[in-house]
Amino acid sequence: MTGPSQADRAGQAPAATYEPAAPALQVGHVDVTYRVRGQDRLALRDVSFEIGRNESYGLVGESGSGKSTMALALTRYLPRNGRVSAGSISVGGRDPLAMNRSALRDFRARTVSMVYQEPGKALNPSIRVGRQLGEVYEIAGSDKTEAEARSVAMLRKVQIADPGRVMDAYPHQLSGGMAQRVVIAMALAASPSLLILDEPTTALDATVEAEVLDLVAGLRDEVDTSVLFISHNLAVIAKMCDRVGVLYAGELIEEGPASQVFDEPRHPYTVGLLRCIPRQGQRKDHGRLDAIPGFLPQPGDDRAGCVFAPRCPIVVEQCRESPPPAFDVGPDRTSRCYRHEETADMPRSTPSDITLPAQAFEAEPVVTMRDLSKTFTSRAGRVGALAHVNLDIRTGETLGLVGESGSGKTTLARVLLGLTTPDEGSKVSLKGQPLGPDLAHRGREQLKSLQIVFQNPDSALNRRHTVRRLISRPLAKLAGLSGTALQDRLMSLVASVRMEERHLSLRPSQLSGGLKQRVAIARAFGGNPRIVVCDEPTSALDVSVQAAILNLLADLQAKERVTYLFISHDLGVVRYLSDRIAVLYLGRIMETGPAERVFAGPHHPYTEALLSAVPSLDGQRLDRIKLTGEIPSAADPPSGCVFHTRCPRRLSSGICESTEPPLAEVEPGHLMSCHIPLDELRLMQNIGASDDNRAPGP
Amino acid sequence: MGRYLLRRLGLAIVTLWILSLIVFFAGQILPGNPARAILGNLAAPSAVRALNHQLGVDRPLVTQYLSWLGGLLHGNMGKSYTYQSAVEPFIRAALINSAKLAALALVVIVPLGILGGVIAALNYGRALDRLISLTGSSAATVPEFVSGIVVIVIFGVTLKVLPVTAAAGAGASFFTQLKYLILPAVPLVLVLFGYIARMARAGTIEALESDYARTATLKGLKRSVVIRRHILRNSLLPTITVIATQTGYLIGGLIVVETLFNYQGIGKLIFSAATAKDFPMLEAGVLTIGVVYMVATLAADLLTFSLNPRLRVGGME
Amino acid sequence: MTDAVATAPAEIVPVLPTRRELPIWRLLLRRPSFVIGAAILLFWIVCAIFGNAIAPHDPLAQDLLRLNKPPSAAHWFGTDPLGRDVLSRVIVGSRTILIVTPLATLLGTVLGTALGLAMGYFGGLLDALVSRLVEAVLALPAVIIIFMFVVALGSSVRTLIIVIGFIFTPLVARTVRSSVQVERQLDYLSSARLLGERPARIMFVEILPNVIPTVVVEFTVRLGYAIFAVATLAFLGFGVQLSTPSWGSDINASYGLLGAGYWWETLFPALAIASLVIAINLVADSTQQVVAG
Repeated sequence: MTGPSQADRAGQAPAATYEPAAPALQVGHVDVTYRVRGQDRLALRDVSFEIGRNESYGLVGESGSGKSTMALALTRYLPRNGRVSAGSISVGGRDPLAMNRSALRDFRARTVSMVYQEPGKALNPSIRVGRQLGEVYEIAGSDKTEAEARSVAMLRKVQIADPGRVMDAYPHQLSGGMAQRVVIAMALAASPSLLILDEPTTALDATVEAEVLDLVAGLRDEVDTSVLFISHNLAVIAKMCDRVGVLYAGELIEEGPASQVFDEPRHPYTVGLLRCIPRQGQRKDHGRLDAIPGFLPQPGDDRAGCVFAPRCPIVVEQCRESPPPAFDVGPDRTSRCYRHEETADMPRSTPSDITLPAQAFEAEPVVTMRDLSKTFTSRAGRVGALAHVNLDIRTGETLGLVGESGSGKTTLARVLLGLTTPDEGSKVSLKGQPLGPDLAHRGREQLKSLQIVFQNPDSALNRRHTVRRLISRPLAKLAGLSGTALQDRLMSLVASVRMEERHLSLRPSQLSGGLKQRVAIARAFGGNPRIVVCDEPTSALDVSVQAAILNLLADLQAKERVTYLFISHDLGVVRYLSDRIAVLYLGRIMETGPAERVFAGPHHPYTEALLSAVPSLDGQRLDRIKLTGEIPSAADPPSGCVFHTRCPRRLSSGICESTEPPLAEVEPGHLMSCHIPLDELRLMQNIGASDDNRAPGP
Repeated sequence: MGRYLLRRLGLAIVTLWILSLIVFFAGQILPGNPARAILGNLAAPSAVRALNHQLGVDRPLVTQYLSWLGGLLHGNMGKSYTYQSAVEPFIRAALINSAKLAALALVVIVPLGILGGVIAALNYGRALDRLISLTGSSAATVPEFVSGIVVIVIFGVTLKVLPVTAAAGAGASFFTQLKYLILPAVPLVLVLFGYIARMARAGTIEALESDYARTATLKGLKRSVVIRRHILRNSLLPTITVIATQTGYLIGGLIVVETLFNYQGIGKLIFSAATAKDFPMLEAGVLTIGVVYMVATLAADLLTFSLNPRLRVGGME
Repeated sequence: MTDAVATAPAEIVPVLPTRRELPIWRLLLRRPSFVIGAAILLFWIVCAIFGNAIAPHDPLAQDLLRLNKPPSAAHWFGTDPLGRDVLSRVIVGSRTILIVTPLATLLGTVLGTALGLAMGYFGGLLDALVSRLVEAVLALPAVIIIFMFVVALGSSVRTLIIVIGFIFTPLVARTVRSSVQVERQLDYLSSARLLGERPARIMFVEILPNVIPTVVVEFTVRLGYAIFAVATLAFLGFGVQLSTPSWGSDINASYGLLGAGYWWETLFPALAIASLVIAINLVADSTQQVVAG
């Protein structure tokens, strides 16, 4: 045990827990087995990798890949029915598998730390934040006062402006971003050799995520800690990590320097995965996303050969017979594929360019919203979810609705559908006819016209009903079909979402995520709607499944000639599918316009910040617009332009604080709510990170 | 905190009012003819009418209710039909006796139940957990008079170690009183153990599986410290409310236990009043129990409120 | 139809095995607690139906030469103050309880489920009012409220069933209501509303199937309470006056003799009650485990 440590002002204990020469992490041929209902199932098979000192390593995989299992194994926190059945682990030169209880405690306290996905839940709700942070120092041997002082210093280090207040607060009083900083502070306080981050920013908004990632990157430079970053988001990994390993169904199928692996993948799965993610320039009809056919292997499936063989487009006999070893494909690069040299020319499973029928935009928009407001009253006061929104949706287009939490995008969709009643004075009309404020006031024609695909198919489908019933109901109720007409339409719907008849007698719990979402889509289209709201339709699905669903949505739109209101927090996906974009912030429209215009610029400062915050595989913009502060509360919105408190381009004249800018057409088809004239924005944003025109921060 | 207190108080008053309606309805309206009940079937109709008039039961229902309610609020609980004197002193004496029995039961059951529940949770899924859980839930469903009889037969009749009546006699010392109260407390303890242990177990399991328990363990804390410092304060919070609601079952059990052991508590009082059709006594007794229960629940709510930071301190800054 | 639609690959989709590969009753039979509980329950049901055929003596026959005799070879459970065979009375005595309690519980469960569905779905005034009523009812232990009504109305089979049924209704409603509120968080209800479905259909066709497991568990739990209440009332002297013997009334008649050492005529009926409630409890507990698992 260390005695009272020589704390530096930064508040960290000096790292003295491992030999300087040992790598931060060594995993050698590790198998992890779970015992489920009497059967042994391998969650990880023959995984080997190394993380050097001060290195950042990304572990990438979809659900079922075993990436979280790896993290649990490293800290020896597997559940009771799991065990490391083979291989060796060494963290900072220490072997956690061989330790007794007190050595394990010491190991967890000083050698390895973890940061998880939901920061709010990771903190004890009944203990003040300061005490929880101080606990880490007390374990290392400090007394109470010293621990408190070092906690305050550590909070400053993670860029919390008012550490004293946060120390006294309870976890539920902190925002998501703040809570995650506290958790990071707790993790780094012990100066671990290895910091494990398991999806640390998945639950956070884009701008907050960017700040937390920047924080972690910045801290890495100061602190002598290696990082294991686990995520399903390849762009985040590309931004944060030096090296990357790709996990598929429990096996590490490819490994190497991040830039190389993502630019020139050498395994068919990695190639396929990268083709599923929309990059700049890809559109629904041009440079289409390519799906990975087939299905993740079920636990307990036979694995005679390569684990990816059932789905591989370039599979040969050898692949099915024996599992490929890790071939050296470059300096510090490996790939488990017999045909790793041919991956560059791997054929696609769907064509790259197709011709979608030209959209016949009518003159009159199909939906108009004027002065749409929605205020929620609760014990906390009045919360303005939407404020005087004016928006048009044109026939046959895909309008992408973009915004972070609190932007009001979900509320807008719900008002349109009639699930939520708007405030008095709001005018929403469908094809020129006013829409009733709620479902009770809408006729059958109007009900037919508006349908939705929800984010989470587990929640959106009644788990006690069969697929047949789920899809048939709208046919009977909205389209008024019965008998043979209903049967015919049912079968044609099933075919158009690419399902088979045998699925009809199943219940949702027997289907995969992708299939469930297809059922939801079939159901939405059953009544021949004119407008379908897609509320984050792929966010709950794996990356490899997303592409298929997105393409399906695009094809269905062409075939049935519907209009989409497409809501997503994923800007890449929005850009891929949308014709026009509307950007919402705190219940107000900041900008609407053609997709490429809005994305390329010149655009609203908020749009600019949002775009720069999202990590992308196409390389990072050096000029990241950092937004200061948190998203303001909707219960107490700022005066004038609601974005002014965080806007880096705020005008020094003070007009941004006093007057709310109108939503004005700055060029044909492109509306913006900003006091800065378009030409000035064009200058500011093309030049890049120029500080000349930026107002001082709040 | 103040606003919450007012709201809870308001709700409690509304609930009490509804309770008074129920009690009044059952006590005054249903039986129909109290004078007949008192004087018996052979009494002359004129005598019955006279007594009814004297009791005031031939007035319109609303008037009866209001005067009854008014009397209650002034502390006047009416006149017992049986004893022809004020109900209030009986209630008071009985309440004190019952309080002693209830206190003994609670002092035993709260630590026992919490301990049982926490131990069961720490051994989740294993034999000890199943044993404690099943024992608890089984004991909770066995009626008090059944376990009371078993206990009397074993300890009172066969082994003759403990007295089978609960009353120690006037002027008995504290320990003598205690000795007499042991057997009657056993059925109460058995019934309550199950509920409290179950709540404590559920709360502890939830805390054990939470993310913050994982954080605490991965900080390198000893398991006992994790349990003591992080888990218990979160897991026992819901148990506090349960203990208060269990006073309801406790009181119900009192009727049976006090009757079985011939103990002059409020349960026996209600029972005797019911058998004798002494409605004022019965109503007053039932209403008193209701008030006691409301007070207990209110106290539990306030305690939970003050111990739960999420309620006490409020939302985001 | 464009090319893309035709050439997109079909997913190879194996059917995922259902979580519950076995039907529920098979799973229940694998649990020892369920088997034991069900066996005991079955035994008493048989006693209730065929009691008179099984009992060694006529439960009503009084043998004035053998009053208050302790257990012996002729009378395994001894005789009561009127010389009747306790064993026979215990066997036949199961009938009363096993008729009244399931009916009362069924009444309470059916009404409670309907009420809980309405409360959970509509919320608002209905919910607030009924919740207040529930709280008031719960302010007193069920036994006392039932007691009061039985005192006022007299104890008959019909009264008992109706009173217990009505007392149970708000209790069941409360549990069902929580279940319904959990379901309300899910989007399939919004989808149903968007189809223009009417509230009644949503409650009974969409929500109810998902809530049934809770209702089943609640039924078994309430059954235990019903037995508890009926037995306690009988003990207190407010038992049902059927011509056949009943456990609670027998105990009521004989517990005064405990002090004098006459334990068998009180103990055996008491143990019978205990075994029945424990059996029901085991069944309820294992049902809950299977349904939740």
